Amino acid sequence: MRMTSTIRTRWSPQPNEATPQSRRAIRTAATVAAGALALSLTACGGSDNNSTGNTGETEETTNSVNLPKLDGTSLEVAAVWTGTEQANFKKVLQEFENRTGAKVTFVPAQDPIINFIGSKVAGGQPPDIAMLPQPGAIKQAVDKGWAKPLGSDAVKELSENYSQGWQDIGKVGGKPYGVYYKAANKSLIWYNNQVFENAGASEPETWPDLLGTAQTVFDSGVTPFSIGAAEGWTLTDWFENVYLSQAGPEKYDQLAKHEIKWTDPSVKDALTTLAQVWGKPDWIAGGANGALQTDFPASVTQVFTGGDQPKAAMVAAGDFAQVNIPKSMKIGTDAKVFPFPAVGDNGPVVSGGDAAVILEDSKGSQALATWLASPDAATIQAKLGGYLSPNKSVPNSAYPNAVQQKIAKALIDAGDDFRFDMSDQAPQAFGGTPGKGEWKILQDFLKNPKNIAGTQAKLEAEAAAAYGN
Amino acid sequence: MTSATAGGTEPPAAPKSRKSVTGTRRTVAALFLLPAFVLLGALVVYPIGYSVVRSFYDQSGDGFAGMDNYKSLFTDEGIRTALKNNIIWVVFAPTVATALGLIFAVLTERVRWGTAFKLVVFMPMAISMLAAGIIFRLVYDQDPDKGVANAVWVGVHDTFAPSSEFPKAHPGRQSPLEPAGGGAFITKSPVRTGETVLLPLVGVAPDLMPDDAKTAVAAKPEPDKITGTTWQDFTRGKGVGKLGEVDAAELGYAGMKVEAVKDGRVVASATAAGDGTFTLPASADGAQLRLPASNFKEPYNGLDWLGPALVTPSIIGSYIWMWAGFAMVLIAAGLAGVPRELLEAARVDGASEWQVFRRVTVPLLAPVLAVVTVTLMINVLKIFDLVFIIAPGSSQDDANVLALELYRKGFSEDQPGIASAISVFLLLLVIPVMWFNVRRLRREVRR
Repeated sequence: MRMTSTIRTRWSPQPNEATPQSRRAIRTAATVAAGALALSLTACGGSDNNSTGNTGETEETTNSVNLPKLDGTSLEVAAVWTGTEQANFKKVLQEFENRTGAKVTFVPAQDPIINFIGSKVAGGQPPDIAMLPQPGAIKQAVDKGWAKPLGSDAVKELSENYSQGWQDIGKVGGKPYGVYYKAANKSLIWYNNQVFENAGASEPETWPDLLGTAQTVFDSGVTPFSIGAAEGWTLTDWFENVYLSQAGPEKYDQLAKHEIKWTDPSVKDALTTLAQVWGKPDWIAGGANGALQTDFPASVTQVFTGGDQPKAAMVAAGDFAQVNIPKSMKIGTDAKVFPFPAVGDNGPVVSGGDAAVILEDSKGSQALATWLASPDAATIQAKLGGYLSPNKSVPNSAYPNAVQQKIAKALIDAGDDFRFDMSDQAPQAFGGTPGKGEWKILQDFLKNPKNIAGTQAKLEAEAAAAYGN
Repeated sequence: MTSATAGGTEPPAAPKSRKSVTGTRRTVAALFLLPAFVLLGALVVYPIGYSVVRSFYDQSGDGFAGMDNYKSLFTDEGIRTALKNNIIWVVFAPTVATALGLIFAVLTERVRWGTAFKLVVFMPMAISMLAAGIIFRLVYDQDPDKGVANAVWVGVHDTFAPSSEFPKAHPGRQSPLEPAGGGAFITKSPVRTGETVLLPLVGVAPDLMPDDAKTAVAAKPEPDKITGTTWQDFTRGKGVGKLGEVDAAELGYAGMKVEAVKDGRVVASATAAGDGTFTLPASADGAQLRLPASNFKEPYNGLDWLGPALVTPSIIGSYIWMWAGFAMVLIAAGLAGVPRELLEAARVDGASEWQVFRRVTVPLLAPVLAVVTVTLMINVLKIFDLVFIIAPGSSQDDANVLALELYRKGFSEDQPGIASAISVFLLLLVIPVMWFNVRRLRREVRR
């Protein structure tokens, strides 16, 4: 049977088979192009599973925020969002226009947005507000004197609706600068429900459970994990989840600031734990070498294609992975998700997010920042789908489907115990460059998971060089 | 690009200055030249000059760094790999492309449908580097179901060495089997005649079971014989069911080879029937049963085209696919200018076709070949897009070239000083080749 399937695919460009094949080819081509063009991958998103068709009804959202009258003011907001995500965000801006009478223009930016803003500032025309994806970028904007602190109204709104943790990562030197408007939950594992049912496997809650589930899935004849290791950040996400849960938030913060060394025993433990999965070539689709050539979109897609025999059963990926799940697989029934299992006492919540930062201080821009910090704004976009808000005043029911609600609940329930993606906090040379630093070293580790001490030594050497301490 | 602009501005300058006898005409000449000079200055000379200056400053651009940036050119691991790869590129890509172009050009001259063939070979030139990169990313895809290169390779391989039926089968929990090394599994204890043996394994998906697999049956004991069952101890949707027992709806491993091993020697062997049962003769008494590794051989997955070892040759292959056509067209044009009489004379003198090609055609074409090779060398020195797109992140630094390293240093690592130093270094590398080309071009014009 295996033999025949190989032959069939070798002759794949037959007319009756051409459609799925070429469609896949196009999609892969598109993702390759997208991957090549969009360099920063932290700001992915833009799911289009917003099934709720509330386009026509202009329902009166509850008015919980006081905004000044701003007739005649015009404002500019810069963000890297495209497609549905941009369209949905514009609806939020539209509501602001309705309430205040100001005119808001969306300025499409390119990654890395901080460089885009740099050129705008140099040209003397910075946008009033920019959505910055990393704490490092906010700090950079503050250091260069581009960002302006939030006013009292925005701070009040922020403190009412955001947990302390989310407020703190928007601060630089104790002053509030950023309103985290959009969040990403990176502590999720997506799985193919059919495979789990065939294997009689259940959603694991702890790391040993996860290993058990993986074994069961493997026994049923399906490879348990898909890892898109061609892109190093998928591996740093694995590491961060394990480390945060195992070593705890304090250690995580210290390691993120490079206050403890990567040669610390806690890092050794995390790598040892990771090796329990990464060290089994049979558990990874394509083995380590295959994984290293699988890019992120493909790593998600291959879990949800192939009927009863997908290339793998699970993929650890953030909420933004929804975009890469084929339309034929219904999210919530065919494609399901469970939180990254707890390695230590508590399950990890590693997140990312985009913060609104004021670049031109004015009554208008302050009002817009206040608006973006309000539950009203976040609720509008939550209802449209493909969006996650760190705003705890957004009702969970605002999210359009069960999976989204589950993801949002996990994020909000984490309270202050969530942590921002560590590699996003690190200098880019260490935590954000393909083929360099943490990305490359973890890729090497995936290839040779026995080499724990060597991996730690290399991580420490590169981190020391990048952090300069 | 630089060579083109230089070539474009010089010819008008030369005749003008020769003719100008009076000052007025010189002013007019200057006036006409001004736009070109301004454009050249703003778009070429100034950026080059600024890059040179910038390469002497540190990361932020405030402090003078001296030669530090240049020093890191030869100490930084990444840049050294890039340099090494650039040398491989410059040596192999232009020569192979030119050689192929020469062969195509000479052969198509004699073929009836030569023009059509040339058209096809030249076609890839119409595609942008970016698109070609995306195409070849797919061609080299690891998955034989997607990547053409591996599909062909695996096809050829499987013709000679077919893969086995149960690639991922393995003992489940509390199994009577243990790994015997090399991928085989062996029973922990020896077997006796008259007993039945159970050899349960897991890990073969139901759809991938052999077509003749039937529901597994527990073997009945027979006197003076060893009987047993080897089957998939896993029921879809139910897990293992009763561990180590043949449940209904579990399938036998049809065609599984079973060997009886005594003191390291195979004393008897059998092949399981459709329902997984097998029978071994009395000679197997006291032996351990082994499932040899040939049952579990993994399907061949092809080559790691984009793995660290092969990535540079693979990308060079895609470059040649694009540029062999370019070489062919130029060489074919040169070939058209070769006097027929010389070839005829050689043939009349009794030279073989190979001798004609080697001793007459190639020497006559030497100038064209040199121009083509040198043009491709310049082109290859600045290669960026193919490497950037084709190499996956995990092997990007194995495939690194100077232009890519320049981009990475300048734009993703925020090291403009080092990036400028790389660009100056690249410029220095291109200058001799360019000078050679310009000189040759000039000589050609004079002739």
